[in-house]
Amino acid sequence: MTQVQRNPSRWQRWPIRSIGVNFALTYSVIFILSAGIFLSFTWWSTTNLLNRHVQNAIESDASDLLHRWQAGGPHALSHAIEDRLDQNVDDDALYLLVDGQGRRLAGNLPGWPVKIQKPDRFYELPIRRYSFRTIAKFRVYDLPKQYRLIVGHDVRDRALLRHIITETLVWCSLMVSLLALGGAFVVRRLFRHVVYSIARTTRAIANGDLNHRIALNGSETDLVAETVNTMLERINRLMDGVKQVSNAIAHDLRTPITRARTRLEDAIEHAGTEEEIREAVSLAVSDLDHVTMIFEALLRIAQIEAGAKRAAFAEVDLNQLLETMADFYDVSAEEANIKLVLAIDPLPVITGDKSLLQQAIANLLDNAIKFAPSGSSITLEAHAHPSEGEGNSTGNITITVRDEGTGMAEKDIIRAHERFFRAEAARHTPGSGLGLSLVQAIMSLHKGTLTLRNAEPGLSVTLTLPLKG
Amino acid sequence: MRILLVEDDPTVRSYVSKGLKEAGHTVDEADNGKDGLFLAVSEAYDVIVLDRMLPGGIDGLNIVETLRGQKNKTPVLILSALAEVDERVSGLKAGGDDYVTKPFAFSELLARIEALCRRGQTDNPQTTKLVVGDLELDLLAREVKREGKRIDLQPREFRLLEFLARHAGQVITRTMLLEKVWDYHFDPQTNVIDVHVSRLRQKVDKPFAHSMIHTVRNAGYILRVPDKSA
Repeated sequence: MTQVQRNPSRWQRWPIRSIGVNFALTYSVIFILSAGIFLSFTWWSTTNLLNRHVQNAIESDASDLLHRWQAGGPHALSHAIEDRLDQNVDDDALYLLVDGQGRRLAGNLPGWPVKIQKPDRFYELPIRRYSFRTIAKFRVYDLPKQYRLIVGHDVRDRALLRHIITETLVWCSLMVSLLALGGAFVVRRLFRHVVYSIARTTRAIANGDLNHRIALNGSETDLVAETVNTMLERINRLMDGVKQVSNAIAHDLRTPITRARTRLEDAIEHAGTEEEIREAVSLAVSDLDHVTMIFEALLRIAQIEAGAKRAAFAEVDLNQLLETMADFYDVSAEEANIKLVLAIDPLPVITGDKSLLQQAIANLLDNAIKFAPSGSSITLEAHAHPSEGEGNSTGNITITVRDEGTGMAEKDIIRAHERFFRAEAARHTPGSGLGLSLVQAIMSLHKGTLTLRNAEPGLSVTLTLPLKG
Repeated sequence: MRILLVEDDPTVRSYVSKGLKEAGHTVDEADNGKDGLFLAVSEAYDVIVLDRMLPGGIDGLNIVETLRGQKNKTPVLILSALAEVDERVSGLKAGGDDYVTKPFAFSELLARIEALCRRGQTDNPQTTKLVVGDLELDLLAREVKREGKRIDLQPREFRLLEFLARHAGQVITRTMLLEKVWDYHFDPQTNVIDVHVSRLRQKVDKPFAHSMIHTVRNAGYILRVPDKSA
C-alpha cells in the first residue's frame, strides 16, 4: 500500500476539512466585507452631504443676520435672533450674540464655548443643551464694536444616521451569517450528493463489481465521471486479460507439470529397469523445459509491455536485419520443401530494439514454416510508405509474411493476439501460444501494429512500424 | 581445470559440482559471497561460476567488480535467476564473461564453462588459419580444405564451421551457436540450427570417410579430430 501524500501547504493548518463549510465561510466573509464597504461608503457620502448642508445653512443664516446688524445694530440683531429661535420648530438652530465685554445679549447658548476663538472656520464641538449632550457645528462672526456672533447648528441627525447604518450593518452581518450557514448546509449536501454518486460506483467496483459506471448528468462532475469511467474500462480490460491469462496459465502450465509429475510417479511405482527410469526422467525434464519456455515467454511479454525496454532503442538497419533473418530461415524452409521468397524494398533506418525486432520476425517466419504445406512458398515482403507532403519523415514501414497454408478462421484471427490462444488446428503442433502475443507486445513497444488477414489462400501477417519511432 | 563455484543453494551447488568433477575438473565450493570473494582473490582459477544473489552481504556482481578492480582477468560465468535482458546486460557490464539463467540444463552450463576456459587460447583474432586434424580454414581467403580438397561453403556455413573449429573438441550448444554465430538472442521454435549444422555436415563430412561434426545428445555439437583407429 502506498501512503497518500497530502500536499503540505499552509492549508494544512486550517482545521475545517469540509469543502461545503469552507465554501460557505468564504462566501460569508466576502459578503460581510462587501456589505461593510458599501455601508461605509454610504455613511461617508451621506455625512459629507449633511455637513455641507449644515455649513450652507449656517452661512446663509449668518449673512442674513449680518444684514440685520447693518440695518439696525445690536438691537435689531437680537430681535432677529429671538424671532428665529421662536420659529425654529426642529430646535436645531443655535445662536449667541455677545458684546465687547462678553455679555450675552441674545441666543440659546448658555455661554461662550472656550474652544471657539477664530472666525472664518467651522468648529464641531459637543455641547450640553437642556439635559442632553449633543454635537453641533459653529461659526464665529466678528461684528463691529467687538460684538461677536456665534451661529450654530445641531447635527444630532448625523449621529442618528450613524446609528441606523451601524444597526443595518449588524443586522446585515447576522443575516449574511445565517444565509452562509444555510448555504453551507445546502452546498455541503450538494457536494456530498455528487461525491456520493461517484463514491457509490467506485465502492461497488472496489468490492469487485467492475460493470458499474458513473452516470453522466451534464454537470461539472462529468469530467471526473468520464475519467473514472475510462479508468474503469481500462481496469476491466486489464482484469479480463489477467483472468484470461491466469486461466491459460492454469491450463498451459499445469498440463506439462502434471505430465512430468505423472511420469515421475509412474516411474517410482512401475519402472522395472534402469532404462525405463531414465526414459521417464528425461521426458519429465523436457516437460519442465517446456514449462520454463512458457514462463520465460510470459515474463518477456510482461517486461516488454511494462515499456521499460525502450532504453535499448538504437538505429536499426531493417534491410540487413531482414536479409540475414531470411538467410537464417532459408535452410529451414528448404528442409520443409518450402520456398522462401523475398520482396524487400530499400528501407530507411528506424529507431528500435534490434533483438526484439529480430525476435518478432523470427516468430512470424517460425509460424509460417510450421503451418505452410510442403511445396508451397512463403513471401517475406517489406515496403516503405513515406507520407506525402509535410517533408518530415512520417509514414510507415510494412513487413509482411505471407504463407500459402490453410489460413485461419475469421474468429481465430480476432483472438490470435490473445495470450495462450491456439487455433484448434494448431493445438497439436509444438508451441506455447505466446508467439503472436510477444510480437504484439514488441509492436506496441515500437508504436506499431500487428495485423492478421486471410490472404486466400494462406495467412498474411503484417507488421506496421512508424518511420518516426 | 580448476573451477570456483559460488552458489548458496545446496542442491544446485552439489549437482553442478558433481557434474563438473565428472567432466574432469577440480571444483572449489563456497556457499556465500564472503568466502567466495576470499577464494576468488587468494587462489588461481581457470573459471569462476558465480550465483548473482548470495547471502553474506556480498553478491555476485560485487565479487566480479572487485576482481576486475584488481586486474584479475579470470573468466567469470554468472549464474542467475534474474533472466531479464537488462539484468544480463548489467551482469556482463560488471565484468562477467557469460551469463546463464536458472533453470539451466547442465550440458549448457558445462559447454559454456569449457568455452570460457579455453577462450584465451583460441579466440585470438590475429589467427589467420585454423587447423583441426585434416581440416584447414583459411580465415583471410575464407577457404576450407579437408584432406587437401577444397570445400565450397556459403558465407553462413563458413562462419558456423569457423566457430566450431575455434572450439574444436568442445561441446557447443544450440543457444551458443545462435548467440555467437548469428548474434540472435531468441529461442527459435523450429529446429533451424539443426538444419544449418546438417547442411554443413553434408559438405564437410559426407564426402569423407570419417565424420568430424558430431551431435552430443541433449547438449549440442562437437567438432573433433576423427578417431581413425575406430
